[in-house]
Amino acid sequence: MSISVKDVTKRFGDFVALDHLSVEVPSGALLALLGPSGSGKTTLLRIIAGLEVADSGTVLYEDEDVTNSRVRDRNVGFVFQHYALFRHMTVFENIAFGLRVRHTPKAQVKERVHELLKLIQLEGLERSLPSQLSGGQRQRVALARALAVQPKVLLLDEPFGALDAKVRQELRQWLRRLHEEIHVTSVFVTHDQEEAFEVADRVVIMNKGRIEQAGTPQEIFEQPANPFVMDFLGNVNVFHGRVSGGRADLGGLNVEYPEYMDRESREATAFVRSHELDIQRVRNGRPALQANIVHINPAGQVVKVRLHAEQFGVWLNSSSRPGGCASSFRTIKFEGGGDE
Amino acid sequence: MPDTATTPRNITAAHEDPPAVRIALIATALLIMGVLIVVPLVNVFYQALAGGLRLYFENLLGDPDTLHSVKLTLIVAPAAVLANIVFGVAAAWAIARFKFPGRALLTAFIDLPFAVSPVVVGLFLVLIFGLQGFLGPWLRAHDIKVIFAIPGLIIATAFVTFPVVARELIPLMEAIGADEEIAAVSLGARGWQMFRRVTLPNIKWGLLYGIILCNARAMGEFGAVAVVSGRISGQTDTMPLRVEKLFQEYNMPGAFAVASVLASLAVVTLLVKSALEWKTRSDLAAAAREASEGGQA
Repeated sequence: MSISVKDVTKRFGDFVALDHLSVEVPSGALLALLGPSGSGKTTLLRIIAGLEVADSGTVLYEDEDVTNSRVRDRNVGFVFQHYALFRHMTVFENIAFGLRVRHTPKAQVKERVHELLKLIQLEGLERSLPSQLSGGQRQRVALARALAVQPKVLLLDEPFGALDAKVRQELRQWLRRLHEEIHVTSVFVTHDQEEAFEVADRVVIMNKGRIEQAGTPQEIFEQPANPFVMDFLGNVNVFHGRVSGGRADLGGLNVEYPEYMDRESREATAFVRSHELDIQRVRNGRPALQANIVHINPAGQVVKVRLHAEQFGVWLNSSSRPGGCASSFRTIKFEGGGDE
Repeated sequence: MPDTATTPRNITAAHEDPPAVRIALIATALLIMGVLIVVPLVNVFYQALAGGLRLYFENLLGDPDTLHSVKLTLIVAPAAVLANIVFGVAAAWAIARFKFPGRALLTAFIDLPFAVSPVVVGLFLVLIFGLQGFLGPWLRAHDIKVIFAIPGLIIATAFVTFPVVARELIPLMEAIGADEEIAAVSLGARGWQMFRRVTLPNIKWGLLYGIILCNARAMGEFGAVAVVSGRISGQTDTMPLRVEKLFQEYNMPGAFAVASVLASLAVVTLLVKSALEWKTRSDLAAAAREASEGGQA
């Protein structure tokens, strides 16, 4: 079941949460809505679910216009950030809720709930109350509850936001595997770019109620559409300088830039991702900046290094695999001066 | 105070007052409690039972007017409580779940019956429903009796006990939040299914607490009921009115016998209330804990 959101606008008083926004979720996709807080991602999710009503625009499930249908008629599975489990019901009854309100025969309810308990790996806990479960277990119950009624689409609002780092990591992988198993069209909201890129097969980056870029994680990572996306992807180094005659002069760094062959010099800003900077102990003849290492943070697979190039007054962030070297300057994005 | 148990004896905690002050304050509080509440309460039972059990039950059950007043209270109080359950739940729902113009005004108005003297409430009702009142001619034309009849008693009692249930539920529902209800709706529940399966189980102890308190107030209501009832013996006298009437007639054993029934009710209410209070407090704490757990991340 694909989802199309067309030209949706939503205001809260003077605040524009969504500004003529359109997005497509292909059938069977697992899509991440990524953005800083206040970017409208949760509002968009709630409009897709029917928990919020758009001021204008339409929402389609496949070809069916659901813009004006109520949440209970849309048959969506919604997973809340803080679980919203029914506190007085057992795990079993929580998962069974959607079936019970549809008056599903008892035997069928039992069968389906046990099927889901197996799926979320919580067999044996069906008589526990939500308060007796850990955060990760609660979120899995919430997911099973949403899946019980075989929803057309699954919507998750910051599903791992309230969990600690280790559990979050486990649940991400688990959600990814689960999606491969059941293939229901899913949309989840997150402000954590790592989470979005790791779990989703499509990522939509939002800012101020608009979409900055949409695509596969690889497309976005390799070809960030604009400075915002660049910056949001994290630890971007910004260089101010000039371009002319196929070269860019960036405060000490002089690199090739064949996209601008014009002789006339113009101002430019270059964005360099942290993994695109190489650190060498000795000059190797290639364009380089001299810098002092200020801080080293061994963050698992990569080492994050903070440097200060005193000569040019630039602070730099670099990340590389221990021992390995990243290729230098794969992407330079220029803005200003009206170029590309 | 269990939390000060670990403080060494020779150190006075900063928040503790000198012993003399503490003893004086506690003694004053206990003395006032004793003189104003415990002694009169015990005295009611003592006076009621002074003539022996046989006379006690004769006073209660032998007098047809007294017996009627008991029956009448057993009709009026539950009816008023029922009305206030409906109103209380509706008002709490509206205030805790929706933002609408006039919400603050409604919140303030809920407390009005507590602020107004019950006698004035009675007069209000006479002005509206009485023969010379606003609706009087219409009611007479349709042969409906409100003032000096059971409907008037119920309305007056309900009005005076209006805020009890709502006051109990509003903070509870606000603490619990709407998340579970939204979840229920997203899972396909209709309004009533959501209320019965999610909202009601979450608020049941608070609601029960409100009902108990409301019932106690309803059975003991005097002022408003006195005005609208016309105080006709054997017809519109409720128990509190009957106590006063017997007292005026110098029938002390009778007055105290009826009073003892009302006092017993108070004691029972107090016990049930304490038990429920403990239960609702733990529910509220659980809701707050859940909320803060979620909020931490």
